[in-house]
Amino acid sequence: MNLRTFLLGTCSAVALSGLAQAETLTIATVNNGDMIRMQKLTEDFTSKNPDIQLEWVTLEENVLRQRVTTDIATKGGQYDIMTIGTYEVPIWAKQGWLLPLDNLGADYDVDDLLPAIRSGLTIDGKLYAAPFYGESSMVMYRKDLFEKAGLTMPDAPTWDFIADAARKITDKNNELYGICLRGKAGWGENMAFLTATANAFGARWFDENWKPQFDQPEWKNALDFYVKLMNDAGPPGASSNGFNENLSLFQTGKCGMWIDATVAASFVTNPKESTVADKVGFALAPDTGLGKRGNWLWAWNLAIPAGSQKVASAEKFIAWATGKDYLKLVADKEGWANVPPGTRTSLYANPEYQKAAPFAKMTLDSINAADPKNPAVKPVPYVGVQFVAIPEFQGLGTAVGQQFSAALAGQMSVDDALASAQKLTEREMTKAGYIK
Amino acid sequence: MARNVSTQRKIVVTVVAWTIGILIFFPILWTFLTSFKTEAEAIASPPSLFFFDWTTENYHEVQSRSNYFLHFMNSVVVSFGSTLIGLIIAIPSAWAMAFSPTKRTKDVLMWMLSTKMMPSVGVLVPMYLMFRNTGLLDTRTGLVIVLTLINLPIIIWMLYTYFKEIPGEILEAARMDGASLSKEIIYVLTPMAIPGIASTLLLNIILAWNEAFWTLNLSAAKAAPLTAFIASYSSPEGLFYAKLSAASTMAIAPILILGWFSQKQLVRGLTFGAVK
Repeated sequence: MNLRTFLLGTCSAVALSGLAQAETLTIATVNNGDMIRMQKLTEDFTSKNPDIQLEWVTLEENVLRQRVTTDIATKGGQYDIMTIGTYEVPIWAKQGWLLPLDNLGADYDVDDLLPAIRSGLTIDGKLYAAPFYGESSMVMYRKDLFEKAGLTMPDAPTWDFIADAARKITDKNNELYGICLRGKAGWGENMAFLTATANAFGARWFDENWKPQFDQPEWKNALDFYVKLMNDAGPPGASSNGFNENLSLFQTGKCGMWIDATVAASFVTNPKESTVADKVGFALAPDTGLGKRGNWLWAWNLAIPAGSQKVASAEKFIAWATGKDYLKLVADKEGWANVPPGTRTSLYANPEYQKAAPFAKMTLDSINAADPKNPAVKPVPYVGVQFVAIPEFQGLGTAVGQQFSAALAGQMSVDDALASAQKLTEREMTKAGYIK
Repeated sequence: MARNVSTQRKIVVTVVAWTIGILIFFPILWTFLTSFKTEAEAIASPPSLFFFDWTTENYHEVQSRSNYFLHFMNSVVVSFGSTLIGLIIAIPSAWAMAFSPTKRTKDVLMWMLSTKMMPSVGVLVPMYLMFRNTGLLDTRTGLVIVLTLINLPIIIWMLYTYFKEIPGEILEAARMDGASLSKEIIYVLTPMAIPGIASTLLLNIILAWNEAFWTLNLSAAKAAPLTAFIASYSSPEGLFYAKLSAASTMAIAPILILGWFSQKQLVRGLTFGAVK
């Protein structure tokens, strides 16, 4: 009896000490396909690192953003690793909220990261977040409809060509629309597209002295062009269409062209979901001959909040999730087409990947063509292609987006929309102290 | 003749009632149906109502991705816990305001309600700091406390209006018979107010079950209730409607079933004695 008690006690003590040694990492992440796939593959990591356990908090993008921002601003310490976008990284790094990732291991090969993506995550020469997957924007078009209309899409089209083609393809009686673009108001919705497109038209959010530029002719050109094009060749109710709505329209064969995130390429070419899977072609985002294309740059990245107690384990995990071996792991288990795109040069040199992903070259070219440090034709004081990396931009972008969405819906004129965008941006920027 | 008119009226009233009922219920029905579609069918337009390939793959996917039971238990503990604690505090205070009001009672009631008028996000950072400093972040205890405080004004207001309808003379009679204050509340007031208390209880459980702002912001992995479970299935870039619908159906099912069961009790309780 005594011996049994003793043995039981010893066993539970051993078990307890085993538990005590295991360190639990809490990881906050967004709900998208690549992240969910990673959660399913973590056994590979935990079997290599039995002393580390993982706990996931998966949330919708906007909920996650609010959640992690609250936590990091108050030093709440709820998360050991956070998934954040390229918008947050420069702002948070400057605030001293993130730890630089100096110890990702010898075989991590930082130089293999795509230069455009890496530069957006590097502040004062230090990498503050590791990219998990990256994306740009490009034109997706229906090869069959172009053929029927006698058109040939160049690899690098101009906006004039796109507009012309869109109007030719449109057949409203048969619910076929030449072009589907974002119209739903929001800094990450229509303003992501319009800010990037405005770059191609020579417009910019602010001049070198942070003065808003919506009263300049470039913005009027860009917005006028967009509203007219959408009225002539866009689907009805476009002012409430975001990524998912356009995806649905394109997949059901109602759009001739769609300019949006490169990640959409894998959706529209998936025969399980898309009725036009075998008819889709890709091209670079259009320009107007001014030297900038309206293609944005975004990446979801893993970062460690400053003050974290579990830095070593967190670094191990980040090195695993964003390393080269992880790409191989996904390829082995789920095929090359499902590998998270847009982070490593070596992936695009891999012939197996090129074969499995017909959109690989266009994705790489689009990412390489984006320059977050010099996004516009004229000089700007900010970083970011489809956003302005200042804390005020979320509010500003959404407020301006509402004006532009109203202009698209015909509730106000383009001139009025621009005037009120100028006024509200001036007011906020003065209040925030940028304009003295 | 009179009967004819009343039958006609009955038909009209029935049709109108059913129409309104179906209209109100339609979003839930639609969510339920969508949860059995594939992602491609979920976004198809025109959508099909019943004639699609019914599949349970979304439920499998949701089951394999999330720990539903953990979120469910968190929701149960948080909503029932906060409502019960709220009632324990609210019954005596509503008693005081209903049966021995002072000059300031109305103002106090208004003041309590005024705490609901401020947008929650306005106090998010101070609350978060308090929770961080007391170690309550991501704990069920913390969520119970915050939901109790948030719903307390509503509980007190509801109970106050129910108590107001009970004649004070009955309580006086109990006092004449020598009942102490606690006995008066427990044995005389509470039994008479059961219908009111029951509907308050149910309403607050539903409110707490659905509360999304604080439960999302103050929880992470351990204490996250079903609201966080739902939030993990929405996405601005990607197809998610079918999976989100499956998650929503799983999240609302328990409270819906509870509502259906207690509905009978509630209606009986509320109409009990009405014909006297």
